[in-house]
Amino acid sequence: MAKKAAARRPAPKAKPAPKSSKKAAAAQQSLDFGATAAKGKRAAAAPEGVDLTAEAEAAVLEGRKSKKAPATEDADAPKKKERTRVSAEKMSEMQREISISEFFTKNRHLLGFDNASRALLTSIKEAVDNSLDACEEAGILPDIKVVIEQQSETRYKMHVEDNGPGIVKAQVPKVFGKLLYGSKFHRLRQSRGQQGIGISAAGMYGQLTTGKPVVVTSKTGKGKPAYHYHLRIDTNANKPVIVHEDEFDWGDKDHGTEVAIEMEASYKGGKKGIDEFIQQVAFANPHLRLEYWRPGKPPLVYPRVTNELPPEAKEIKPHPYGVELGMLMRLMQGSNENTVAALLQSEFSRVTSSVSQEILGKAKVSARKRPRDVSQAEAEAIYKAISETKIMAPPTNCLAPIGEEALVEGLKALLVQQHFAAEEARQRKKAEDEAAAAAGGEEAAAAAASAAESKITEALSAVTEIKPDEDEEDAELAKFSLTVGADEAAADAIRAGVINIFGQPTFMTACTRPPKVYRGNPFQVEAAIAWGGELPADELAQVVRFANRVPLLYQQGACAMTQAVLRTNWKGYDVEQSRGALPTGPLLVMVHIASVWVPFTSEAKEAVAHYDEIINELKSALQECGRRLSRHIRRKRRAADELKKANYIQKYIPHIGEALQQILGLSNPQKETTIEKLTGILERSRKL
Amino acid sequence: MAKKTPKSEGTSRVRGEDQARKDKVTNKAIDDVAENIYKTILKEVKPDLAMPVRSLANVNYNQKTGFFKIGRGMKTRTLTVNTVKTFAQTLRMMALSKELIQTNDFATKRDAYYQSKNWQEAKFDEQPESDTVMDDIEAMFSIHGVSREEMRFVPQEHGGAVAGELVVVDRDMETGRRIEIDCTNFGSGAYSVPSWVEHLEFRSKAKFIMAIETHGMFQRLQSHNYWRKAGCILVSLGGVPSRACRRFIRRLSDELNLPVYAFTDCDPYGISNIYRTLKVGSGNAAHINQFFCVPNARYLGLTPQDIIDWDLKDATHVLGEVDIKRAKDALKNDPFFTEHKTWAKAMEQLMKMGVRAEQQALSKHGLNFVIEKYLPEKLKNVSKFLP
Repeated sequence: MAKKAAARRPAPKAKPAPKSSKKAAAAQQSLDFGATAAKGKRAAAAPEGVDLTAEAEAAVLEGRKSKKAPATEDADAPKKKERTRVSAEKMSEMQREISISEFFTKNRHLLGFDNASRALLTSIKEAVDNSLDACEEAGILPDIKVVIEQQSETRYKMHVEDNGPGIVKAQVPKVFGKLLYGSKFHRLRQSRGQQGIGISAAGMYGQLTTGKPVVVTSKTGKGKPAYHYHLRIDTNANKPVIVHEDEFDWGDKDHGTEVAIEMEASYKGGKKGIDEFIQQVAFANPHLRLEYWRPGKPPLVYPRVTNELPPEAKEIKPHPYGVELGMLMRLMQGSNENTVAALLQSEFSRVTSSVSQEILGKAKVSARKRPRDVSQAEAEAIYKAISETKIMAPPTNCLAPIGEEALVEGLKALLVQQHFAAEEARQRKKAEDEAAAAAGGEEAAAAAASAAESKITEALSAVTEIKPDEDEEDAELAKFSLTVGADEAAADAIRAGVINIFGQPTFMTACTRPPKVYRGNPFQVEAAIAWGGELPADELAQVVRFANRVPLLYQQGACAMTQAVLRTNWKGYDVEQSRGALPTGPLLVMVHIASVWVPFTSEAKEAVAHYDEIINELKSALQECGRRLSRHIRRKRRAADELKKANYIQKYIPHIGEALQQILGLSNPQKETTIEKLTGILERSRKL
Repeated sequence: MAKKTPKSEGTSRVRGEDQARKDKVTNKAIDDVAENIYKTILKEVKPDLAMPVRSLANVNYNQKTGFFKIGRGMKTRTLTVNTVKTFAQTLRMMALSKELIQTNDFATKRDAYYQSKNWQEAKFDEQPESDTVMDDIEAMFSIHGVSREEMRFVPQEHGGAVAGELVVVDRDMETGRRIEIDCTNFGSGAYSVPSWVEHLEFRSKAKFIMAIETHGMFQRLQSHNYWRKAGCILVSLGGVPSRACRRFIRRLSDELNLPVYAFTDCDPYGISNIYRTLKVGSGNAAHINQFFCVPNARYLGLTPQDIIDWDLKDATHVLGEVDIKRAKDALKNDPFFTEHKTWAKAMEQLMKMGVRAEQQALSKHGLNFVIEKYLPEKLKNVSKFLP
């Protein structure tokens, strides 16, 4: 499993990131080089797991064990100064395997556990991701409860409970107690989780900081027993250890899973904190009902906005354009197929027999050759031939975007939530001194929860229906159909309009682009914007990013999606923007990428890598939203101008009458006549 | 009727005949413009205001009158929704002018700005707005031969200093009593020209008016009673002369029919800025030159030739970059120089010499050399003065 991961995404894994010495940095560089080379065409076929000189040296300098490395090439070892020499034999004594769990224990920042407040957020995020994925796959409308309990100043316990299909008893320990174990990695299918690392890493973090095991409860169906597991992870072996297990009765709950992890952490609400994350999860998943129990505050309930599950995401085979040489060779080695041609057809999408003939013809490899007998040179030739062969783009019906309608619904809900969050903050500040001592226990809390829920639900339904911008000009429609293609251009596709949020008219629109492909992976982007209302008018725009419906809160600057927002020329849409900065104004920009494989810059899944295809697609989506926004802004401005002009006439014409009276000594009736006539003249000219 | 603008008490009987006559003309001009607008409105047509185009393209040098004159180019500001505010403000400003005439008072630009604070929503928020409207009014009425000062909108700055053979007849604004000011009677001081000179009358036995660039030179000539010796009126310009100063000299020269001799530093600034402005006005404000420039002016000195003739070479300074640029620009673009070949020659001569000399360079030959030798000598040959 680790091997496969390495081959697919060599760059992040190949970075043990020793930062303490120059030597180490050099070693890291050479590793990076190895990774790049692996991506490129000239990668040599060194067997995996061979220790490299440079790497070994770096490891020794760090006083660490050498590691099983995915890199592939004999890089030049950095020159070492003359000093105590260590023989190869001596070194070999220190060289031994490290487990993946050990590796992540030391490199927890790669997974988003680099500080106390992020640890809690990341853990919740991983658990929620899993719950949502499971529910959607099982076709269940998700009902998730997130609870954060404060144990002591720096210790928190988080519970995430869902109504998903549950997990089979035998699998529970592995899913939660083993890194890189899961169902999602081997499939090319749009899902929130990708690696099979997240939740186990969260458990490991908890274990590392508190010594407490992960507690998992799961039930797979009515009439079946529920299980409790207390799991510990053996970090050396990357294996779960069951500390305690029992069967119990989970009340009237039919199926579902709950995971509880205790950890050293700090709770941070508000911006860039868990509260915001929860808000955004609700935004991106309108089919989700979410209860959120915060420490020391009344719980929040995000009601389900729609009863429709997102369309089922389909699994696809990898596309040949996305394959890397190492992966291709491993496929050859491990294949049960009798011929190379059959292998190509069965393992990849869009490879028909004629395509495989063409590839193999170009590579001058016999189609009947047994895959195991394909030499390294031949593999390279096939790899090269693939890039030279025209192959149909991968199927894109495997993607499930949020959709324009749901995006606008979500924006609406998000703004309502933001309103309440701001309102709550105000109320809290007010009530802080009084410090309501009514910690009335469970019952009061539950009452508060239902009260909160009804309040939000009420607010959501009170929000007036969307009003499409009135005169949707035909010319605009024509332009739209030109940019997107006639079949998409059904006028209904344009969803843009103004809704009132707490009496504040807010413009909203969304654009979902047709699917495209990067590196053989189908992807689809969406953008939505909200303008006006309660959004602060003189601040930089809020950018809210999602990847496969998961909010990305950190590393905004490093993300390709942010780049797309930055590179869009907002000035062209009547929005202020300083050079190289986000636009300024009462603007909220939402961007989403859905893909069977989202190219994150790191395992913490916080930023999307800079693929031009992705940035350009997002820009197109943003530009479409921008065009609609600019139409709205212009229309509003025109209306304001008209009003101003009407006011002008009423305001200043009497002064003309007055002045003429003073100069010419007109009588009052004469003055009034003048004012009347002049008003008439101007009103008429304005209408023309 | 809206409330009356507060104003100082005054009567219309305290002004002199001359003044009364002028005020009548101004009043009529204002009435005519307003009447025109009123009638247009009654016809249910959008009224407009006409004013000369104030761009250099619409300015020509008039050899006959001897000054820059605004051309026939007119622009009209039609009353529309967009201009209604400025239109109202312009008319209110005109009404203010009429009121000032009635009460025999005056207002500076700043005064007018504050007066507008009584106009409710038509008030000016910032002074630049009211200044612009006033400039428009000035341009508008220049067509009717009425100056801004005649409309009782007066500049802030005063008009320079005067000494010599002159009696200025002024009037007490409150009582209308005649006040005669003898400009020989200021000792080592001088009569200070008010910022508004339309109402002044003059009496004099002088033979000419001398306009002096620097106050230092003025002080010397005045303290040593040079005016008595030469029979003249001394006016200190204090650099580029102010509106009031130019208007004062113009009226002196017109009403007493006296020539004006300018005495400035010998450098491009003294010649092309101070003297040229005094004599022909400037291209930028051509519409008001008819009131301000002094076509009777002639140039006494210092001329570039003076530097040689009076052996001032060792009392000169090298021409700076700015000087050279100014001179070149004048020679190339300024119709004053292209029309007056003698001036172009003199300027070229100065450029060739590459130096400039101040008036007070004459002190090199002795402090009162200017009184004893230079001026008497120069005045013997008035016909040789540069135009």
